[in-house]
Amino acid sequence: MPVLEVKNIRKSFDGAQVLKGISFGLEKGKVLSIIGSSGSGKTTLLRCMNFLEHPEEGQILVNGQLLFDASRPGTLTDAQLRENRLHFGLVFQSFNLFPQYNVLDNCTLAPDLLARDKAKAEGRPFDKAAAHKANVEKAETLLARVGLGAKLKNYPCELSGGQQQRVAIARALALEPDILCFDEPTSALDPELTNEVLRVIKGLKSADTTMVIVTHEMEFARHVSDHVIFMADGVIEEEGDPEQIFTAPKSEKTRSFLAKSLEQV
Amino acid sequence: MTFLQVTAQLWDGFQTTLYLFFVVLVLSLPLGLVFSFGSMSRFTPLRWFTRFWVWAIRGTPLMLQIITVFYVPGLVFNTPMKDRMLACLVAFVINYAIYFSEIFRGGIESIPKGQYEAGQVLGMTRSQIFFKIVLLQVIKRIMAPIGNEVINLVKDTSLARVIAVTEVLKSAQDIVNGHAIIWPLFYTAVFYLAAVGLIQIVLGLCERKLSYYKG
Repeated sequence: MPVLEVKNIRKSFDGAQVLKGISFGLEKGKVLSIIGSSGSGKTTLLRCMNFLEHPEEGQILVNGQLLFDASRPGTLTDAQLRENRLHFGLVFQSFNLFPQYNVLDNCTLAPDLLARDKAKAEGRPFDKAAAHKANVEKAETLLARVGLGAKLKNYPCELSGGQQQRVAIARALALEPDILCFDEPTSALDPELTNEVLRVIKGLKSADTTMVIVTHEMEFARHVSDHVIFMADGVIEEEGDPEQIFTAPKSEKTRSFLAKSLEQV
Repeated sequence: MTFLQVTAQLWDGFQTTLYLFFVVLVLSLPLGLVFSFGSMSRFTPLRWFTRFWVWAIRGTPLMLQIITVFYVPGLVFNTPMKDRMLACLVAFVINYAIYFSEIFRGGIESIPKGQYEAGQVLGMTRSQIFFKIVLLQVIKRIMAPIGNEVINLVKDTSLARVIAVTEVLKSAQDIVNGHAIIWPLFYTAVFYLAAVGLIQIVLGLCERKLSYYKG
């Protein structure tokens, strides 16, 4: 059974249809890359999956559980919506770290709050210190994994863009999402900082990390992905395994996009 | 009157000035935050209602507002306002809360959308996002304009004399009228300057405290 199923997602802004019926599935532990030119709807699709946008049509299922169904609007409470979001993690193009918190606190803020809410909902006493200690340990492990074990007490403004993005990845991982999404994670970075982030993402690949990556880094998409979707004008123009897409694209649009993307100046 | 006698009498008046200043500050800051939510509300009638009051309060002199709060209950509802200080406090708190609310609104609207979205995808509630993520960033951004208003408030307290509240400037005026000397009037500047100097030091400390991060 696929961990993620996206069915017939449609979304428009001010009458302009940005997503015209997107469907795909993703198996656990697989990496999906979504490529395509700017304005093709890649980012909007990712935002729909994280419930930052609400599609007019379509369904989203995780582990077979229906999380979103556009045909039944307004049935989700705020709490349910937040719970649904936790199935997904999102790493933003612009990092969006919290500037007033240090690296460690950026990674423990949400887990601490969630632990408290959970204890309250289940009606059991909440041991704040113990919960925080556990979250700190987890965050320290994750930050070491992204190569920032020595920067725990630094503030985001003291870090390079690449380091900030790696903190953002650790922050997303701290909530143990079923599916980790990346929205052009290296587009705001200098070329020399891009690789350190791509290496970290590649290093996350494992049997139980499922990832969806919107990217303009074609070489990276080709090497890290198990499956590639090429989007154009709000539809999935072509999809397949990376070797097929990058070496023998079937669609004319894919061919022309790849030719332009890989063109040497 | 000797210098010491004048100083003592002005000090009496200045205590009223300080009382007015502190009470207004403590009440108008949180009320301003509430008003700013009103003027940003997605509920249109509430937004219009708040923006109407922003227009009305900013569009009329504070002196007129003090007079209105003091006299209108008696004139219109036949329940004269007995407490002059209370009338002042009401007028000042509303006036300053409205000005603060516009500063808060500007600060809140200047926080990038990404901060809210980052909180949302981490499963935080709206109030957690506001209080744990946004508020401190807003405070850092609005320190300078808030400082301006706080300093204005020190001096605006002198408007209380319009309904005969004896703050420091009115104390001086009373001496001038009773003793045919004019210098106590100018002497009040020392009190205002001392207060504003202290406030500037406190504001500077606050800004330094918040300078541990950028962004």
